[in-house]
Amino acid sequence: MTTEIMPAQDLPQIKGVKDVPYDELFVSGHRTCQGCESALVMRHMVKASGPRTIVLGSTGCMYVANTTYYTTPWVVPWMHTQLGASGSAALGTAAGLKVLMRKGKLKNEKINVIAFCGDGGGADMGIGAISATLTHKDYNCLVLLYDNESYANTDIQLSSQTPYGAVTTFSPSGDKKRLMHTRWKKNVPGMLAAGHPESRYIAAGCAAYAVDLMNKIRKALELGGPTFVHTLDPCPKGWDYHPQYSQELGHLAVETGIWPLYEVVDGVCNLTGPTRQIAEGRKKRKPVYEYLKRQGRFAHFIDEDVEHFQAQVDKMWTDWLIPGVIPFTVPAKDVAILKIDKKPMHEQKTA
Amino acid sequence: MAVEVKTKETNEIETEQLATGCEAIAEAIRLADVDVMAAYPIRPYDGVMQAAAKLIANGKMDVEYIVADGEHSQFEIVKHACAVGARVFVGSSGVGWFYAFEAIAVTAGLRLPVVAICGNRALDDPGAFGTEHNDSLAVRDLGWLLPWAETAQEALDLALMAWRVAEDKRVSLPVAIGLDGAFLTHSQHIVKIPTQAAVDRFLPKFDLGDRLLHPDNPITIAPQVDQDWLMEIRRQNDAAMRNALGVIREAHADFKRIFGRGGESPFLDEYMTDDAEVVVIGQGTLSLPMKVAIRRLRKERGLKIGLVRLKWFRPFPTEEVVKSLRRFKAVGVIDRDYSFGSPYYGGVLYNEIRSALYSQEKRPVIVGFIAGLGGREIEQPMATEIFEKTMAAGKGDLAAGDTCHWIGVRE
Repeated sequence: MTTEIMPAQDLPQIKGVKDVPYDELFVSGHRTCQGCESALVMRHMVKASGPRTIVLGSTGCMYVANTTYYTTPWVVPWMHTQLGASGSAALGTAAGLKVLMRKGKLKNEKINVIAFCGDGGGADMGIGAISATLTHKDYNCLVLLYDNESYANTDIQLSSQTPYGAVTTFSPSGDKKRLMHTRWKKNVPGMLAAGHPESRYIAAGCAAYAVDLMNKIRKALELGGPTFVHTLDPCPKGWDYHPQYSQELGHLAVETGIWPLYEVVDGVCNLTGPTRQIAEGRKKRKPVYEYLKRQGRFAHFIDEDVEHFQAQVDKMWTDWLIPGVIPFTVPAKDVAILKIDKKPMHEQKTA
Repeated sequence: MAVEVKTKETNEIETEQLATGCEAIAEAIRLADVDVMAAYPIRPYDGVMQAAAKLIANGKMDVEYIVADGEHSQFEIVKHACAVGARVFVGSSGVGWFYAFEAIAVTAGLRLPVVAICGNRALDDPGAFGTEHNDSLAVRDLGWLLPWAETAQEALDLALMAWRVAEDKRVSLPVAIGLDGAFLTHSQHIVKIPTQAAVDRFLPKFDLGDRLLHPDNPITIAPQVDQDWLMEIRRQNDAAMRNALGVIREAHADFKRIFGRGGESPFLDEYMTDDAEVVVIGQGTLSLPMKVAIRRLRKERGLKIGLVRLKWFRPFPTEEVVKSLRRFKAVGVIDRDYSFGSPYYGGVLYNEIRSALYSQEKRPVIVGFIAGLGGREIEQPMATEIFEKTMAAGKGDLAAGDTCHWIGVRE
């Protein structure tokens, strides 16, 4: 009587641009801003996952600016969920499909369940539900957090993903206070990877590296169980730059080491793309100034702020257990006990 | 409108057993072949999830049982499971119910037939675990159907009825069954558990039709409509709520035919009203001490008194309520809730009953009573006082404006 959904998905890794599926499942009809990288994430996400996919969209830009009655861009079935409910929506949908297939009320087949949320809905309000979902290892669903580093839909307000010092409508720069926002960005994929050992796949990606992102989506769906992908999405409106530079800023975020690309597969962290090249010493990290100077939200920065920013990013790379990913350091006396290889990644025996 | 009841087919009862209101609901979950349920602890509703968990552990039912990380998640989980065609069950109590409020509101907006119970409990702070109806009543204006059970048997029966009415395509609205905390959730009654065959005849398989979220049916659910369409959508919800009255009547007639119980009317339970001049009306288990008082006062003093118990609060059965109540000289409305600052400073039901009777030329005197808040026992002297005050009002003894009384409160 019990016929479980097969955890494996028939979604082979994409080898190059020519290998990318031609079909568009996120089409015209949306009202997102010019140069919106989040819309690109949506497009890549469904392109990678294919037509047998159900998408659940939590409140945010990708709902409000995206899914308007009569002009919805979604070719795959799509349903709205509440701001903090992407995790629960993914879980409920996956559980519904699983039980209906087990009881023979629905045809037994592979259906991808993807719930997306913005940084406000995912890193702030919905983090509890996402965390809970990542512990329900019997259900196949992916939560995708598209991070444009602010509540960009409601006028660019501060979120826990807004970078240090950035100007938002909740953290303007004034005469008395140059920096209203002095919190460091919450490391969401790192925290979820560290805290949910049974989740088989957690990754950080960026639409500027499209093939890498699509492969991460595919690997998440293929491995099954509850999985999580976090993307950094440059936002012309929120970050204050000309829309034509979105891709470039995505590249810079990774090349400066501010946004490391990585995936945690069954508890093993692999750095990917340029992040891997930087860690292996094959590529030099660009100074963060290159990234910061391109955006109006950092226009009020003085040298001291840039230095602080650079120092924090350097610390992520030099002191953390995995460069830029797992924010733990190990006392020198314990390195031997924990058998931690502190050599640079390209010199380590097991990469 | 009177329900035409055919002679009952059979009285298919599998077992009779002692069960609490919560355990009775768990049996209904088993019999309804629920697909997904989401649990999160809060007293007193959680007895249902405990009883259901035991049934699952013992292999009595096959359901995806998800222990959620909070009430908001609970209600979101079942809402989404329902959208892909699963029959679902969920519930909460008191402040937990309010934690889920966002999800509760959108479930009705989406017209998803989620069946929930609200094990009625006072709202913190200050902390109190006993019954108060303000938690259920808070969803009064959101488009949820709201029945209240009196006994464990009625809890089971109403639950089966709830799926049938909620999932009917003419309705397609969520239902929240009110169960008085402790008085019903945790007290044992003898419950007749029907056979699976009988339930299958009463409760059709759940079919969302063309609203099913599935790759074969790639629809977009709840896009942004803004000012263009919301009024039309609200109007459709209103039509569904109006349809529910007829669907409940049908379901009640079928239920009575198949199971041989359910009372005269789907909406009202009348007790000793035939010759009564004065009645009280209320919801849930407060009818039980009132029924005792009626028998006692009739015997001791020969008072012509009775009780009308409202079984469905939403949709409000205005026609039935008016038809019933206009026969009496005076009606005492007992609220186990309170609406602060409301007209005449009364409870929610009191204001609703007054409103329902307003259009009548000849209408009874209506008196409001606030009793049993936070699970305080409605003792016999209090019941006597309620009847005495209602009878006095019927004789015109009450000063104008003095229309709502707090019963048994220390002042």
